[in-house]
Amino acid sequence: MAMEVHKVDGVLVVRLQGELDHHVVEQIRDEIERELAWVRHRALVLSCRGVSFMDSSGLGLVLGRYRSVSSHRGRMALCEVGPSLMKLFELSGILKIVPVFPDEEQAIAHVKEA
Amino acid sequence: MASKLNSDALSDNYMRIQFASRSENESFARVAVAAFVAQMDPTVEQLTELKTAVSEAVTNAIIHGYEEGPGEVRIECRIRDGTVEVVVEDDGVGIADIEQARQPMYTSRPELERSGMGLTIMESFVDELIIDSAPGRGTRVIMRKTIAPKREGH
Ligand SMILES: Nc1ncnc2c1ncn2[C@@H]1O[C@H](COP(=O)(O)OP(=O)(O)OP(=O)(O)O)[C@@H](O)[C@H]1O
Ligand SMILES: [Mg+2]
Repeated sequence: MAMEVHKVDGVLVVRLQGELDHHVVEQIRDEIERELAWVRHRALVLSCRGVSFMDSSGLGLVLGRYRSVSSHRGRMALCEVGPSLMKLFELSGILKIVPVFPDEEQAIAHVKEA
Repeated sequence: MASKLNSDALSDNYMRIQFASRSENESFARVAVAAFVAQMDPTVEQLTELKTAVSEAVTNAIIHGYEEGPGEVRIECRIRDGTVEVVVEDDGVGIADIEQARQPMYTSRPELERSGMGLTIMESFVDELIIDSAPGRGTRVIMRKTIAPKREGH
């Protein structure tokens, strides 16, 4: 599971990649949590551009990161969400709590505002 | 001699797979079902929905049925008049309260970062979802999804 991570002005940007199922999410979660510590859990952007498959395990990953970031009074945003992922996010109610942006720049700008 | 029922069943196309209850087989299972169903000429959207539903059922068997321990998961897939039926079966712990399990956001394992959305996703991605389960007797999930409109006069 390749996952690209970079930091822009105190914002952790994670480009998720491949198939997000139960088999891979635990490792991804641990890696994101480790990286989040570097920005004190204040700002997270999850880019879904490279995601080719997702089920409820991926939803759990996104919701879990939202909880983790908001418990540190941080902000989180999603970006580049394709149509089949959007359907899952809608079903799960994630869209009501985590904003979605068309690209990374806008998502980064949103989580930086404070 | 085959009964009427048997010969009808024989005329359906079907496949069966059985595999160890291990998370690395989740992707194999959904891809195998998708490859079998490809002969029905599904849309990309239908195929994604079916793969997601299968992934949910198999993941549930592994996480809840066998509690991530050893066990066997079985899948039977049958094509009948433009409809595919997928049965996912485990011999795990079973479900005591199926109605509660079907509630959106209900999960018995919140500590695992489960969202409790698996059965809700399955319900919305297939046309029919039947859950047959009892404590100690395993779980059988039957999903039916229509891929092509029924052919006329056949
Ligand atoms: N095969 C199974 N064996 C035993 N219990 C099951 C099985 N499938 C589902 N359940 C029970 O039904 C509940 C709801 O399942 P559902 O898939 O909706 O949510 P989840 O698996 O807990 O979370 P998510 O699917 O969002 O990761 C589970 O928490 C579990 O208690
Ligand atoms: Mg589930």
